[in-house]
Amino acid sequence: MFPAKFAYAAPSTLQEAVGLLEDPDAKVLAGGHSLLPLMKLRLAQPKLLVDIGRIPGLAYVRREDGVLAVGALATYRDLQQSQDVEQAVPVLAEAAHEVGDPQVRAKGTFVGSLAHADPSGDLPAVALALGGVVRALGPNGEREIDLDGFFVDMLTTQLQEREIIREVRLNVPPAGAGSAYVKFDQPASHYALTGICAVISLGGGTISSARVGVTGVGPKAYRPTAVEQALVGKAPEEEAVKAAVQSVADGIDVQGDIHAGTEYRAHLARVLTRRAVLQAAQRARG
Amino acid sequence: MAQTQTRESGVHTVAVTVNGKQYSREVEPRQLLVYFIREQLGLTGTHVGCDTSQCGACTILLDGTAVKACTILAVQADGADIKTIEGYAEVGGKLHPIQQAFWEEHGLQCGFCTPGMVIAIDQLLRDNPNPTEAEVRRGLDGNLCRCTGYQNIVKSALSAGRKLRGEEPFEKPDLALSEPASAGAH
Repeated sequence: MFPAKFAYAAPSTLQEAVGLLEDPDAKVLAGGHSLLPLMKLRLAQPKLLVDIGRIPGLAYVRREDGVLAVGALATYRDLQQSQDVEQAVPVLAEAAHEVGDPQVRAKGTFVGSLAHADPSGDLPAVALALGGVVRALGPNGEREIDLDGFFVDMLTTQLQEREIIREVRLNVPPAGAGSAYVKFDQPASHYALTGICAVISLGGGTISSARVGVTGVGPKAYRPTAVEQALVGKAPEEEAVKAAVQSVADGIDVQGDIHAGTEYRAHLARVLTRRAVLQAAQRARG
Repeated sequence: MAQTQTRESGVHTVAVTVNGKQYSREVEPRQLLVYFIREQLGLTGTHVGCDTSQCGACTILLDGTAVKACTILAVQADGADIKTIEGYAEVGGKLHPIQQAFWEEHGLQCGFCTPGMVIAIDQLLRDNPNPTEAEVRRGLDGNLCRCTGYQNIVKSALSAGRKLRGEEPFEKPDLALSEPASAGAH
């Protein structure tokens, strides 16, 4: 399979890349592991590919104060191998390990996963549960976009046509918090039928704060804020958590397909949210 | 590094080192790396299986890391150092320890997936020199064998690990396959 014809440019700075995006039929290429399969199927036919893969200094993952900064070219493999991730945000490595397979993880990028906004992508759920900002460069300079609200709809984010994400800054969970990513995958593609990330803090024997990110259920990754609120003050125990997470798919346009119908997917969301919260709480206890 | 700055949809020059040898070829931007390697460089040990980044038959080392060459453009690899299956056995035919393990453990049936398997196992053993069987199975997640010969592929990976760690001789003593007879024969 070959993509349709396109022109190719490999700029050496992000500014230059933004300039090239004035062509409305241009697309940004980083790891290419979402875009190139779409192009091979001719589902995407950009006229110009702007390859940011040769721009130096974008493949970093590093801790800066209370934030984990991930550059545009950092791969899933980079996340898995990062000491900073292991120490500060281990759930990010846990989730990265769930993406595709080793070869895919060596090329696909974390930032690309957020920009692509696949409704079954793993990392959007983790990014939402952690919270943080996206730093995007456009023709009018750089702006910060809060991760809350970044995902707009299926394959759609708040990024404007000529914007490129330079880095994503994820909040490092507070000391003592526990986190977990739990996924039920489609066994051939490894995409999430449902994936849940939970970040839990405990205080006085109950849950003092909870953040949850959900992927694979609706048209976009989301935070079930009613569940987060219901969890606060509850004992981190099976029955209490089970009751608190029942609304995780309420009000969501649950997607069904040949692998999992809507009812089953909503059921998976409730079961996996309970498991993710309990596992995160277990880790919070140490 | 080559002239990838041009915007016309015509040809780009891609210069790569493959198995220690330098090559330079003209490509269309849409040329995929696996076809560049097979058809323009004539190195057909790298296979095209599913062509959808699932089966791993096209696995190569790109700047030292195992990747799937069906989902990378040749222009993206400009300037890269590539290793394909042709770069594993020594000149003169001595097999790489992973290949030797496949030979001894019957790690291949039709052989179509084998180049990708060998390279995926190379990456796996460099990341984790002493993997458990479960880690080998998980580590070969990106490679499919349509003969379903996974048991012996896993055995081969574990044997290759032992060979590379020096816990097993390069050649199994009871498998002196190239020798006409063992010590007891006349």
